[in-house]
Amino acid sequence: MRYLPKSPADREAILKAIGARSIDDLFAPIPAEYRLNRDLKVPRQMAESEIVDWFRERSRENGDGFSTFLGAGAYYHYRPVIIDSLVSRGEFLTAYTPYQAEISQGTLQSIFEFQTMISELTGMEVANASMYDGSTAAAEGVMMAARLTGRHSVATARSVHPEYREVLATYAHHQGMPLVTVPFADNARLDLNQLDESITSDTACVLIQSPNFFGTIEDVAAIAEIAHKRGALLVVSISEAVSLGIVEPPRQADIIAMEAQSFGVPLGFGGPYCGVIATRERYVRQMPGRLVGQTTDRNGKRGFVLTLATREQHIRREKATSNICTNQALIALMANIFMTIYGKIGLRELAKQNLAKAAYAAKQFGKRAKVLFSGAPRFNEFVVQTSEDPHAINDRLLKHKIVGGFPLKKFYPELGNAALWCCTEMTTRAAIDAAVKAVAKSERLAKASKEAVDVQEVVR
Amino acid sequence: MKHTPRKATTHTNQNEGLIFEKSSPGKAAWKLPPLDVPEVDTAQLLGSSERKDLGNMPEVSEIEIIRHFTRMSTWNYAIDLGMYPLGSCTMKYNPRVNEVVSRLDGLANGHPYQPEKVSQGALRILQTLSECLMEITGMDAITLQPAAGAHGELTGLLMVRAYHESKGAPRKKILIPDSAHGTNPATAATVGYAVENLKSNVRGMVDVAALASQMNEEVAALMLTNPNTLGVFEQEIHKIADIMHANGGLLYMDGANMNALVGKVRPGDFGVDLMHLNLHKTFSTPHGGGGPGSGPVAVKKILEPFLPTPVVITKPDGTLGFEYNRPQSVGRVRAFYGNFGMFVRALAYTLANGPDGLRQTTEDAVLNANYIRKGLEGVYDLPYSTPTMHEVVFSDKVQAKKGVKTMDIAKRLIDYGFHPYTTAFPLIVPGALMIEPTESESKEEMDLFIEAMKLIAEEVEEDPQMVLAAPHTTRVSRLDETAAARKPVLRWKPATNQ
Repeated sequence: MRYLPKSPADREAILKAIGARSIDDLFAPIPAEYRLNRDLKVPRQMAESEIVDWFRERSRENGDGFSTFLGAGAYYHYRPVIIDSLVSRGEFLTAYTPYQAEISQGTLQSIFEFQTMISELTGMEVANASMYDGSTAAAEGVMMAARLTGRHSVATARSVHPEYREVLATYAHHQGMPLVTVPFADNARLDLNQLDESITSDTACVLIQSPNFFGTIEDVAAIAEIAHKRGALLVVSISEAVSLGIVEPPRQADIIAMEAQSFGVPLGFGGPYCGVIATRERYVRQMPGRLVGQTTDRNGKRGFVLTLATREQHIRREKATSNICTNQALIALMANIFMTIYGKIGLRELAKQNLAKAAYAAKQFGKRAKVLFSGAPRFNEFVVQTSEDPHAINDRLLKHKIVGGFPLKKFYPELGNAALWCCTEMTTRAAIDAAVKAVAKSERLAKASKEAVDVQEVVR
Repeated sequence: MKHTPRKATTHTNQNEGLIFEKSSPGKAAWKLPPLDVPEVDTAQLLGSSERKDLGNMPEVSEIEIIRHFTRMSTWNYAIDLGMYPLGSCTMKYNPRVNEVVSRLDGLANGHPYQPEKVSQGALRILQTLSECLMEITGMDAITLQPAAGAHGELTGLLMVRAYHESKGAPRKKILIPDSAHGTNPATAATVGYAVENLKSNVRGMVDVAALASQMNEEVAALMLTNPNTLGVFEQEIHKIADIMHANGGLLYMDGANMNALVGKVRPGDFGVDLMHLNLHKTFSTPHGGGGPGSGPVAVKKILEPFLPTPVVITKPDGTLGFEYNRPQSVGRVRAFYGNFGMFVRALAYTLANGPDGLRQTTEDAVLNANYIRKGLEGVYDLPYSTPTMHEVVFSDKVQAKKGVKTMDIAKRLIDYGFHPYTTAFPLIVPGALMIEPTESESKEEMDLFIEAMKLIAEEVEEDPQMVLAAPHTTRVSRLDETAAARKPVLRWKPATNQ
């Protein structure tokens, strides 16, 4: 096997040195009746070229070369090539968690920079080293709020990503944490009156997403005021990180639970992504996950270490703030490099392009079908309602190598034939125009067939 | 310092400040294409939601970014540089073909919500990996959704809970051996279970008599790591499983140490009801400085109804798809389907090995641990003489007499060109030196390691102060962790504000 660095003679020499007659001696502790005396039924050993071919075939079966209008928590942005050149360096790729600080300063300093940039972008005072993804970060952010307030229930906006809410429900179920869902208003923003009525003296926090699942930017200040007035904290989930380039961050939040996938992380069929939690300094001791802090060595030289570990499972065991151990370090490094590349000016320009593409697309779709939720600002997603089921429209678009918007019926049946469309800097005007054309055709046909039915009814 | 390390030589490496310290207005590492749609008036579109300023975000050029991260990378130790014997972490070679195939366009750019008919490639990968992992573990069903080992534990215990609830009551307690990893008790608490400690016997294994007396109808499951954190196979595993099952309890296996078993024995065959795997340990996906991981949970038939949604199914027309309608499911533990990129890598590893390679890998891992044990026995105290599987645990008992602790020996090992072993864990061995070489080490590399460890033992006798001051060759010496925790500095701020 090509990964194994021993010759048969080496193995013999080692067996001899340890005084074993054969390799089987070393497995003697396993009761004989359980030992596997056959080959595993897995595919035979393949050559590297065969492995590459096998996965190329899978890649071809997977929408390779299609343009996409899907967002909904996973965004297709350009990834500058130096991200992969840098994260492919073995010193980053094949290092462990930086517990041994003296030989992990590269990882540690880069995490410190990541924490700094996430804090800058979110308007928070501190950020952690990463969580699994945006959905688990939101659930952990909510549990953190419960610890901070000593309260037990949660008011969650219905406009938070449905799968994030499912994850929260899974986590909350066994924490004895009741969940109340707060509806959205006609402009897709959180219904503030309903929110006010939903908060009780046991509400630990309000969880919202901004831009929310429909792409609409929430009135965070107003929501924060209502929550804080009742002693609840505000947890804000951000799933489209590029929005932070042009959208005012939710500075009034107490905890921000973010998905940083948009920052240079491939779509990768849903993962690995990069969750992160940011908060105020006074709450840091209830924060889950790893944190890097600055300190000095014995000669007074600046260096970085994992710190405040007394929050974590390897020290506190069952009293830890979370059971998280392994996080998403290498993905955080991708996000870190991405943020460094675009920086102060580029991130704003990038976000502006997203805004412009989505505004153009929404306008074009609006001429042919109904764009829902006007009256509140949006970032790069919008909801289009059609006469026909969007699955049918999408089926036709696939023939043009275009993946249409995300049909919403599964999660929001009340919106009827609606789909969530997303445009990023990668979406071309040509693709937008082609998609609009398909929707227009569908509307024309629907109208014609409706007229035909009407005529029949009149005739009858 | 009379010994000259054979493995490593010090050399100049570059200094590098924080990226913010290199920033100046007008530098840029980005260029956007011209906009092909009309420009927008941001103020008009966003109103008061418009952001005007991005604070202290950096402005730097591309070459500066390349040098910045490359310089920092050279301050890291890595598997690519040499032996990384962290016990229970399984720091094995991370094959490069894994990285190549995970970046193929259709896989890297696949959107999790794209229609199933254009996701057959990804679905096939999910299904093929699932089949391989079920065969390797001897289990009947699996979820790939958990993002890491601890997340797998959480998923597993949620399923344990759901199983017991379906039988009437969730039960109250989880039994956890005193040798367990910290995530086990933390996970049990997260799922709302009380933790009851299970003492190990003099051989470092579960005390079966104690288990029998502690097991009752309040206990939902035993979380067992096998081989345990001492690298010892639980020889009475069948009795352990019988005790659990006789009382209606479940046997959960923490698969952190599965590298000792693949192709030689299957947990499903020795009574385990459910277990998680760490693809970033046993299946070679890179640790990446702390993640991403992936923690699939494999289960027996009785637990299948409780798997998180969705699961991959073969549809009547022969294509693959996701099944969401699972009324007894514990729900979702993560958005989308898990760390898919890690599935690609783990499957590439499995295909590169085949049945023969997987077995040889396990044999070499166990062979290596025993070679290290033989080489250091008598030099370092071996608290448990029970046979070693994939890792061996010594203690600093001999060296502690000179005031030198396991962490000091570990720091000195850095000067010899090695990453330290795991220190101060498992908790049942005070001053533990937990060493897992994995199959990726050649005899030559292990000989250098054994030699270094022996020389350090000599140094402890002759010049303990020198060992206490180690490492001597790194760019920073030991860092003040107490100061870091007392007054945390968790981000950079411009000098004027500091």
